[in-house]
Amino acid sequence: MSDFIPAPIAQLPWKTILLLFVMASFGFIVLYSAAGGSLTPWAGLHMGRFVIFLAMAVVMSRFNESFWKTMAFPTYIIIVILLLGVELIGAVGGGSQRWLNLGFIRLQPSEMMKVAIILAVARFYDLLPPSQIRTWGAIWPLFALLALPCALILLQPDLGTTITVVAGALTVAFLAGLPLRLFIGGAAAIAILAPIAYFFGLEEYQQRRVTTFLNPENDPLGSGYHISQSKIAIGSGGLFGKGFMNGTQSHLDYLPEGHTDFVFATMAEEWGLFGGILILFCFFLLFRWGLGVAMKAKTRFSQLTAAGLTVTIFFYVAINLMMVMGLAPVVGIPLPFLSHGGSSMMTIMICVGILMSIDRHPGREGGAFG
Amino acid sequence: MKQPKTISSAMQTLSFSRRATVIGGLQIGVGVLLAGRMAYISVAENERYKLLSESNRVNLTLVPPRRGWLVDRNGKPIANNKTDFRVDIIPDRLRDKEKTVATVAELLALDPEELERINRELEQASSFQPVQVATGLDWEQYAAVSVRLPDLPGVSPRQGFSRNYPSGPAIGHLVGYVGTASAEDYKENPDPILITPGYKIGKDGLEKIFEDRLQGKPGAKRVEVTARGKIVRELSTRPDVPGKALQLTLDVDLQEYAARRLGTQSGSVVVLDCLSGDILTMTSMPSFDPNSFSDGIGVTEYGMLREDDHVPLLDKSLKSLFPPGSTVKPMVALSFLEAGLSPDESVNCNGGLQVGNRRFRCWKRGGHGRVDMAKGIYQSCDVYFYHFAQKIGINPIALMANRLGLGQKYPLPVLSQFYGTVPDPAWLRKKYDREWQAYDTVNTTIGQGYMLVNPTQLAVMAARIATGKNIIPRLILNKKKAPIDTLNIDPEHLLYVQKAMSDVVNGPGTAGRARLPIEDVKLAGKTGTAQVVNLDFGRGGNDVAWKYRDHGLFICFAPYDNPRYAAAVVIEHGGGSSSAYPVARDVLTYLYDREKAMNVLTDLEKSWGGTIQERMDSKMAAYRAKKNLEKAMAENTDAGAGE
Repeated sequence: MSDFIPAPIAQLPWKTILLLFVMASFGFIVLYSAAGGSLTPWAGLHMGRFVIFLAMAVVMSRFNESFWKTMAFPTYIIIVILLLGVELIGAVGGGSQRWLNLGFIRLQPSEMMKVAIILAVARFYDLLPPSQIRTWGAIWPLFALLALPCALILLQPDLGTTITVVAGALTVAFLAGLPLRLFIGGAAAIAILAPIAYFFGLEEYQQRRVTTFLNPENDPLGSGYHISQSKIAIGSGGLFGKGFMNGTQSHLDYLPEGHTDFVFATMAEEWGLFGGILILFCFFLLFRWGLGVAMKAKTRFSQLTAAGLTVTIFFYVAINLMMVMGLAPVVGIPLPFLSHGGSSMMTIMICVGILMSIDRHPGREGGAFG
Repeated sequence: MKQPKTISSAMQTLSFSRRATVIGGLQIGVGVLLAGRMAYISVAENERYKLLSESNRVNLTLVPPRRGWLVDRNGKPIANNKTDFRVDIIPDRLRDKEKTVATVAELLALDPEELERINRELEQASSFQPVQVATGLDWEQYAAVSVRLPDLPGVSPRQGFSRNYPSGPAIGHLVGYVGTASAEDYKENPDPILITPGYKIGKDGLEKIFEDRLQGKPGAKRVEVTARGKIVRELSTRPDVPGKALQLTLDVDLQEYAARRLGTQSGSVVVLDCLSGDILTMTSMPSFDPNSFSDGIGVTEYGMLREDDHVPLLDKSLKSLFPPGSTVKPMVALSFLEAGLSPDESVNCNGGLQVGNRRFRCWKRGGHGRVDMAKGIYQSCDVYFYHFAQKIGINPIALMANRLGLGQKYPLPVLSQFYGTVPDPAWLRKKYDREWQAYDTVNTTIGQGYMLVNPTQLAVMAARIATGKNIIPRLILNKKKAPIDTLNIDPEHLLYVQKAMSDVVNGPGTAGRARLPIEDVKLAGKTGTAQVVNLDFGRGGNDVAWKYRDHGLFICFAPYDNPRYAAAVVIEHGGGSSSAYPVARDVLTYLYDREKAMNVLTDLEKSWGGTIQERMDSKMAAYRAKKNLEKAMAENTDAGAGE
């Protein structure tokens, strides 16, 4: 067979592409039903974007490690500047602003920061000599890298994205070998500081999200509405769901955001636990592949980047699913490959593209300091 | 630190693998947690969420049930349900609001005041809540809107039922009326049907008493709705179960005739069937139109009813008490006979009788000359009764009054009845703490003083004298004929009194004009004139103010020789018994010859200014004009004061 297929095509990571295609197609089916059996406004666009971004990822997979290394800090700086731009335009526009309208595309720089921070932090620990890893010099630059983007994203304000950015960076730092006690101590500090942050650091609407998350039935028509309706959708689906196109929660508009953040609930209502397990299994395969790429990678930058990007996608999935199942507050994070939305899909596919690139170019044994 | 200062790349790679494995493990842990959570929600709690999802999706609307009919003894409807056409606007479906509203307003000829209300409600209404445009439309108006429907998106003509009383005011007091449930009703019984638009409950009279029977069971319509309340489709409909019909003993034609025959007077007509006690008519006029009440009565109309000195809101047949006047004389005569007085014993009437230090006059100033019992009844001689009552005493009279139904409460399905007073020494001691005097007996014996009765009691007394049986009035028809107890009055006595009562009408009596224009049917009766105020004002005839005039009363039964019907007529401030017996004559004539009775009525109504409805309408118009004038004058005064 390989005789008939040109080498560049045969070399493509077909298994991964197939997996992504299965998930995006499931998303397409769910969005088709959510629109009442229509390609517009979501399903068609969703699939179109997926194909374009998949092509982009395949192109990205041709670049080798040194390209990403070179790009790491410049990309970080560009995204920080874009974030500043958003803040300035937002200030002019008056109110919360997350978008940067470039005319042909609406960019969400905070989304891109999720990728950029991984590259930048991985590059930093790549550059850091192994002997320095247990010194203060391994810690403060991490916070320096996080400080400005986090401040800017929090200002938007977008708590969900901030958490993802911080978590991504910390994961890379953890994998880079920062002392364990720092993380244990940090967790303890958060446990103490979280209530203080809740009372003094959060906007009132964010506080409300946290309290309604803790008791959604308390406020079924206010901010608890999302979680209550989402649980009703998932719960009423049962084992095998109400069937394709038969979801009432989504079709009769009881489920808000049924095509974006709560797309999992829309799916679960029609496909039941069966559909949910299928999606979880797909994500399991994806993360296994991502961590596998990281394990196989030979250079420190590749290792850290691959693992960091995998964890970034994982955060999307974990936070979104915990949110729709009532285990986390509503923070506005979409579900990769299923939620309708260009920016997040682009971010995910950039992650996938870099992972594919590392998969293709595992690098040579030993690093700069090998 | 215990670790070596230098950490090599190889060690870092090892640490990376270890920590990456930890992260992979954590991810699997989160995955298992999520799967478990989802399984818990969708399997363990499935039932609960399914229910919640259904209650989201399905909206239950109740359909008000049709009320049971009230029918008369012949099955003719007294209260039924009329198809009610209404038009609503559903704001959300409107395309061109101004044009649609204008078109509908033109089709239904709505007045500007209504139009203003509709526009105001359209501004305030949430998008799916219908705004009422008009109710109680006729078929033509309904059809006019319906055929234009394709051009009128958002307009919804609908069909419902509303309570209808074909006899209107003639039946008002008896049946009561229906109305929307009040906040208190809902608090007492928080059934959602109570607050469903179009649902009415009995508010007064039979409608209230038989509410449970008439009510029926509401139907239900299940519809699928979106989160914003928009109806997607109808799922299933359970039809309503109409309430059970109730058959009354009334003859609604007779009831209507009696009400009309009372004319402009204030009074009551009660007709009983002597064979069963069935109430054939129980009229009280003036009255109110229960149809107006059931549609929600206007403030002006209610104000007019309340201010009227003829008290249209009061049921006079059961709740107005009158001195019975001379109508008690046959009853008193029966008590005399039972006490052993020979009917032939007589007294000389010279126009009055001295009792103690006061002279009690006979109604005939010149006196009746020699009076025996029969003449005492048919000429209604007061002196005869003054004289013999003092001899026999009050107790046998009071006893007979009670036996014949006076002072008694009847087992009728009514909210309240006033049963009046039959005074005796024990009662007087208890009530006024004084001893019974001879003049009390004298007063009571001509139906004055403390004695008070309602018109229904008078009819029952007539029926019991006519039959000698313990007739109990009934309002609900019961086909089973229960034997009626006898009153144990000597038949001889009864025959004697009945003959005297016949002579009132057919002989040398006081009511010759009450003779029935029917061959072979003789009416027996007794007139009564009840004084309202002391005679210092002179006789309370038609020459004094209405409220000082005497009440006119008449009790009767027919046919005299084989009693079938008994009746009582009371005309409040009628000026004397001559206002009452022509009414009784015509009402009883109606039972035998409707055409003859109707001819009399038609001529009378011409002189009164039309039928009940026509007179009520013109009265209403006059009242409205008066109110408007008063309002205008008040405004002018205000304006004048302001300058």
